[in-house]
Amino acid sequence: MTVARHTWFMTVRQARNLMREPIWIVLLLVQPMVWLVLYGQLFRNVTRLGGFGTGSYITFLAPAIVVMNAFFGATWSGMAMINDLDHKVVERFLATPASRISIVLSQIVRSAFTAAIQAVVILLVSLALGVRVHTGALGWLVIIVAGILVNSAFAGISQAIALLTRREATMIAVANFIGLPLLFLSTTMIARPQMPGWMQTAARFNPVDWGVRAAREVVLPGTDWGSVAGHLGLLLALSALTAAWATRTFRAYQRSL
Amino acid sequence: MIIVEDLRKRYDGVQALDGVSFEVREGEVFGLLGPNGAGKSTTVRVLVTLTYADEGSASVAGHDVRREQNAVRRTIGYVPQDSGVDQFGTGRENLMLQGRVQGMHGRDLRTRADELLELVGIADAADRIVKNYSGGMRRRLDIALGLMHRPRVLFLDEPTTGLDPEARVAMWDEVSRLARAESLTILLTTHYLEEADQLTDRLAIVSRGKVVVEGTSADLKAGLRGDAVQVEIESGAVADAQRVLAGVGATPEQVLDDRIVVSRVENGGRALPGIISALEGAGIDVASVSVSRPSLDDVYLHFTGRDFGTEDRAA
Repeated sequence: MTVARHTWFMTVRQARNLMREPIWIVLLLVQPMVWLVLYGQLFRNVTRLGGFGTGSYITFLAPAIVVMNAFFGATWSGMAMINDLDHKVVERFLATPASRISIVLSQIVRSAFTAAIQAVVILLVSLALGVRVHTGALGWLVIIVAGILVNSAFAGISQAIALLTRREATMIAVANFIGLPLLFLSTTMIARPQMPGWMQTAARFNPVDWGVRAAREVVLPGTDWGSVAGHLGLLLALSALTAAWATRTFRAYQRSL
Repeated sequence: MIIVEDLRKRYDGVQALDGVSFEVREGEVFGLLGPNGAGKSTTVRVLVTLTYADEGSASVAGHDVRREQNAVRRTIGYVPQDSGVDQFGTGRENLMLQGRVQGMHGRDLRTRADELLELVGIADAADRIVKNYSGGMRRRLDIALGLMHRPRVLFLDEPTTGLDPEARVAMWDEVSRLARAESLTILLTTHYLEEADQLTDRLAIVSRGKVVVEGTSADLKAGLRGDAVQVEIESGAVADAQRVLAGVGATPEQVLDDRIVVSRVENGGRALPGIISALEGAGIDVASVSVSRPSLDDVYLHFTGRDFGTEDRAA
């Protein structure tokens, strides 16, 4: 109970700071817009290769861009923790009865919250570009939830790395190191049948791809709800796992004080 | 109110605490005085439950700092050396969050925040982003954060470091006033002798992880029995000078920089002519002489055998 309350208080702090500089949310949206608008147009004919389940590449791409954006955002989420560590904000809380877990959890929740806002914006732009979600409101919700879960799964990892290294340079290196490989080892931009066999296999173990598959499933015709639930379930389990790892590294950080 | 017994802690091969012991009584302002790196902050960090000592024990308001951490955390306010405010939030937001994690809510939370903003004199800036605060305002907010949940014991770690002299004096008044207004027990650390002298009821001098002496500033100074006479001579003549000084009743205590002999006499002014003529009679060239009333600097020198300023700069 205390954990939930304190997580809420601490998330409000971070969300409020974020809202004070909404320019960041906007700047972070530039990249997905480039993918959606420019890349989507550039490769519009790629669907002729077959296996895309739709003739409209933008329809194929849009839900995946939501997930990709959530993933990229998550890889940077540890930066806020490093900032709080550097400015001793965390130490100040540690001398109070504040729930220790909430200090870490609030970072993950804030990160996922940002991803959700961006998901809505990307979906609205997609709508304007002619993308239709045939499963309606529930479909929208699934796409947003896929973004939230992919984000929190990787935010947990990012927080753990932040707490272990406490250095921005390391964070940047890790974000760059995992960012593009996980993107290319997924079906974000291309239909599965068009991928080389080994990449198809690798994609099965890629949490980014789990999110892409759940989000895309509700957009394309012939939605397989079992697959949606299964992939979201996997992401939920992974999120719990990485959050647990992050709180463990927080204890290691406390011991280092 | 605070009992510290034989704390020891090693950090990366350095013995940061080497058996620190002292007691702080309810309602007093107690100072830990020492140069940078003496172990003051580490002691405070153990007391506010941020870190553990390897050995020894400590309690705050009857709660063991190791076994009853949350009870200690509810009892104390901690104003760390490096602020710890969220600089992207406003002063009021910082206070409200601090109160909330301490279990305050509703009207009490809001009125207490208002009251403190008023009390530390930043009410006008309450809803401005902390990033735009001056150093002095930020320090006031730090103190307000420490006081938010009405703690009985306040820990101030180097409260005036980084402030200009004017703001420092204002902060001293502030701390004394708050101590009375909130009937607090305060433990503060400082490496400013003047600050310890002005602000504390009692103090402990800390050097290299140990408390070397404890008492009121006045007692410590009186304990030195007399004024300090510093005689500057040529370095080769130090041994001779010490002998001559001892002969006229000025007990040599220390030698600084190989050419300044510090000795202690009952009444410096009266003894001075005799000292100078005795030295010159022995053929020793006296470059300069000075007499000073005992200061905390002398107390430090007396108990550690080291000059405070030099040690502080070296650290």
